[in-house]
Amino acid sequence: MKIPEELTCIECPLSCTLRLKETDGKIEVSGNQCRRGEEYGRKEALHPCRSLTTTVATGYAHCPRLPVRTAGEIPRELLFAALREIKKLVVREPVLTGQVLIKNLLGTGVDVIATGELNEQDI
Amino acid sequence: MPPERFYDVAVIGAGPAGLAAAVAASDAGARVTLVEREERPGGILKQCVHDGFGLIRFGEKLSGPEYAYRYLRLAAERELPILTQTFLLALERDAEGYRLRLQNSRQGVFELCAAAVVWAAGCRERTARQVFIHGDRPAGIFTAGMVQYMVNVQGYLPTRRCIILGSGDIGLIMARRLTLEGARVLGVFEIKPEPSGLMRNVVQCLHDFNIPLHLSSTVTRVHGPKRVEGVTVAAVDERLQPIPGTERTIACDALILSVGLIPENDLIESSGLPLDPRTGGPIVDQNLMSCREGLFCCGNALHVNDLVDYVSESGETAGRAAAAYVFTGRRQRELIAVKAGANLLSLVPQQLDRKSGGAVTFYFRSAHTLKNALLTISAGGQILKQKKYLVLRPPEMQRLVFEQAAIPHNAAELAFAITGGGGE
Repeated sequence: MKIPEELTCIECPLSCTLRLKETDGKIEVSGNQCRRGEEYGRKEALHPCRSLTTTVATGYAHCPRLPVRTAGEIPRELLFAALREIKKLVVREPVLTGQVLIKNLLGTGVDVIATGELNEQDI
Repeated sequence: MPPERFYDVAVIGAGPAGLAAAVAASDAGARVTLVEREERPGGILKQCVHDGFGLIRFGEKLSGPEYAYRYLRLAAERELPILTQTFLLALERDAEGYRLRLQNSRQGVFELCAAAVVWAAGCRERTARQVFIHGDRPAGIFTAGMVQYMVNVQGYLPTRRCIILGSGDIGLIMARRLTLEGARVLGVFEIKPEPSGLMRNVVQCLHDFNIPLHLSSTVTRVHGPKRVEGVTVAAVDERLQPIPGTERTIACDALILSVGLIPENDLIESSGLPLDPRTGGPIVDQNLMSCREGLFCCGNALHVNDLVDYVSESGETAGRAAAAYVFTGRRQRELIAVKAGANLLSLVPQQLDRKSGGAVTFYFRSAHTLKNALLTISAGGQILKQKKYLVLRPPEMQRLVFEQAAIPHNAAELAFAITGGGGE
């Protein structure tokens, strides 16, 4: 995988521009002003991870979408594949906030949970 | 008026600020009612399906609906009444406090009384007409929050190829959201030389998806008589005027605006309540009481926040103070002004009641990006507190707790100023 040459660090409001260099499989970070920047740069270069938030369809006209998210972060390159997987879901029964809707999404070990509710009044 | 129509505290708006205020007032022993114009409580959080809410408050990255749910549960546990789909038509002061004229489809027009009112009506988006966009007025010009509602709540995708004008947080969040949903976001155009949203959002919403951010650029014309067919964009000079010869036209089917938020205070402003031109919200003291006794304000109606955690905090302050006001009775405040001096874009509270002692929580924004900045709080030329900041950026609101004991008894005002530093 090709690593980016430059990144903006988002660990704090300083927003350092990090420069990354790979030598013999090791990532060198410069431009950072603290250790958190170095860790951020290395993690972003090697395994960037993100949480994914979206909505899924429901069977209820009054409440057509249910918000969901991954319970933790997944590799960034899986975002679109994960989204396609989540989109297959249609919720047709009451759901509680935090309820697991998909277990172990794409083998990542991360579940997809509901972040909203569908209760009797909505249906 | 029958006693069941009399409350200690009425809270206007059941979003994050209003819910926190109602819970805090109730915990302080007040009889509370909430008034909400929408069908469900939760405010704008209902449509904010992205995460990042609650990092300060709960130490977790929650989505908007989850954050709202935590407060809705607190309200439900206390059996707080929420009058939904109910509009406030008028708010008048009388001998006992405030008289609220309300309207809904169940009760028609009716009245409630409250000894104190917490105004938590939130804010609304600046529209195309407020940013002088010329050309036709076709379908396909939306505010970012409108698109968020369509996509996240209604399940519609209102664009396939769009341009976003303004780099406010909702615009950045929607750039990612639309991309994930299969639309192409051709670029975000920001008239100012720096983004107006948080850097975290610039990175995770734009960089991650290779969406270009064009700074010092704006939209000068919208094309298409019926539906947006394209927009003309141009670079701008230091005075934010388009530079001739830099125009180019981009084909797209929508123009999405993320050009600022305005606190929603029309009803209280029309009654003559003084607002702060810097924040667009009422002038308040540290208890978030406005210039009118018994009328408190919190959340985005007070000043536009970037973090919901601070919205809840201000709601709690206002709710607790409203209950205390009701129970301890009216008393004369001893107010001194808090002056926002050099390099401050906004500062809340704008005045201090010297009769309520203790620590005061201030919120401020710098007017520009400043590196190695020094904030100085002084009274009558005497420096009371200084704090260094490696960097201050206008999109990132700062919170500062200040001990009032440091203020001399005869001080006529407290002055805030930021010095040193410089741009990037």
